[in-house]
Amino acid sequence: MIDRSLSVLKVALGSFKGRVAAAWLLVVIVAAVFAPLLTPYAYDLQTLSQAFQPPSASHWLGTDEFGRDLMTRLMYGARTSLSVSVVAIGLSVSLGLVFGAIAGYFGGRVDRAITVVVDLTWSFPEILLALILVAIIGPGVTGTLLAIGVAYLAQFTRLARGQIMSLRSETFVEAARSLGASDSFILAHHLIPNTLAPVLVTAMLATGDAIILEATLGFFGLGAQPPTPSWGGMMSSGTAQLFRAPGIILFPGLAVALTVIAINIFGDALVAAMDVRSRERKA
Amino acid sequence: MADPLITLDGVTRRFDMPRRFGQPALSMLAVDGVSVRIARGEVVGVVGESGCGKSTLARLVLRLIEPSAGTVTFDGTDLTDLSADKMRLARRRMSMVFQDPYSSLDPRYTLEDVLSEPFRAQGLKVPPGRIDELLTAVGLSNRLAHAYPHQLSGGQRQRVGIARALALSPEFMVLDEPTASLDVSIQAQIIDLLLRLAGERSLTYLFISHDLGLVSYFCDRILVMYFGRIVEVLPGPKAVPRHPYTRALMDSSFVPDPAARRTLVPITGEPPSVHTPPPGCAFAARCIRASDSCRTTRPPLAETPDGAAVACHHPIA
Repeated sequence: MIDRSLSVLKVALGSFKGRVAAAWLLVVIVAAVFAPLLTPYAYDLQTLSQAFQPPSASHWLGTDEFGRDLMTRLMYGARTSLSVSVVAIGLSVSLGLVFGAIAGYFGGRVDRAITVVVDLTWSFPEILLALILVAIIGPGVTGTLLAIGVAYLAQFTRLARGQIMSLRSETFVEAARSLGASDSFILAHHLIPNTLAPVLVTAMLATGDAIILEATLGFFGLGAQPPTPSWGGMMSSGTAQLFRAPGIILFPGLAVALTVIAINIFGDALVAAMDVRSRERKA
Repeated sequence: MADPLITLDGVTRRFDMPRRFGQPALSMLAVDGVSVRIARGEVVGVVGESGCGKSTLARLVLRLIEPSAGTVTFDGTDLTDLSADKMRLARRRMSMVFQDPYSSLDPRYTLEDVLSEPFRAQGLKVPPGRIDELLTAVGLSNRLAHAYPHQLSGGQRQRVGIARALALSPEFMVLDEPTASLDVSIQAQIIDLLLRLAGERSLTYLFISHDLGLVSYFCDRILVMYFGRIVEVLPGPKAVPRHPYTRALMDSSFVPDPAARRTLVPITGEPPSVHTPPPGCAFAARCIRASDSCRTTRPPLAETPDGAAVACHHPIA
């Protein structure tokens, strides 16, 4: 399994685009994880005399309206954005796999019940669903996290259900049953592993969307609450200073855009690399 | 047959069709009252055209499909009322080889994974050396243990399917058209392999096929199925068919010998609708010998002392 993931990664990094995208993602992740070590400033330290500084040697990206270092806030913002979207998608993937597997494998009434609920949430745009959920749960990190997680749940449940249903009629499943394999054995050893590859790729791409959704909720003031920085929240406060200090809104916007593009490119490279058949034939 | 390994008694399977709005519920009898006894070490062939219920019969014998009526007895035990745990144990003694060697192997499994699965599914440890032994038994190099199915040819994949079926050292194997998706030259190799294994390991086979020529080449006894029922039992490969359907099956098959060139007599017409079976013989509408009684009364499967049986009002003498 580990060998396999490593070789997939190697193939995905084989293309120039894949390498650039991976490099950017690595930079963002390192910045998010090691933010306190990489910057001398605190993200919430207000120095009003230093407000609206342009980019300089001491403040690489300048300062905001409270004199806080933008670079520092961007790095801490990456923490919020990345962790919220990754954990949220992780939540929808794991719950979606469970619901989808149950619906797809057992069919019948369970399937219909799950499908009705999923189709209902599927008929709302994610942003609307997330807004409704944040309104119910309340703004803040936990609220956005759960909202995004539920917003993408339908997508993964449907994907897993479809995969499991088509795999269930494969002869190798019947073969396993003829050898005495139980339902749980077949789910754990054939159905879930064969569903995992497409689900993980979709999860990767959905993480990009989730970052945008998190930024949007932050922009509306529903995400992480000040002074905790998030990319959406920074852009929101930047709107008031758009002409005086465009960097306040521009840099977090760029961070969101670049990160989402990098995730999509890297996701595509992974899709191509994960197709076992094409890879082994070359080797 | 004092002590048969497998006894099917009136095995029937009805499938309900999905109900369409405003229409009456439909169902079809895929297998209708099949009774057979298979002795230890016997190779029994089942032939019939597609849709006659032979694959459903194969799955009923191994209880991969539950029968609607009738019983399947394996070595004195009624399989149809075994608990899940007892059934799992019983599965160690029987196995199946599938028609499609492509979809019968999980694309993510190496051959080693495929061949250890029977043990893992049974909660057993793979005996050391067993994988190599199985690969050798089906004529594959043990260097292929770490290969993936897509790296193999159709014939090699089918050998893997056979090795998997042999893994738990079963006594009984159902072969569901194991050569139907293979090239003719490979077919012969696979049949040879199966016969050799049957001899070496004293296996009992139920061999499902649509090819009467193939089945009569090596089966001890042949069951001819039509429309979910057994219409004729041929007691040996050389037995002369007496049912007009079996006759027609023979006449419509190709013989690869230019000297024996003859006019092919195709079977005309289609089997009757599965939802509204005719009251009489299901073959009557396509049969040249059919009389009025054939259309109204179903002929019973009448056994003769030599072990043959035919379900026909006007058998060929």
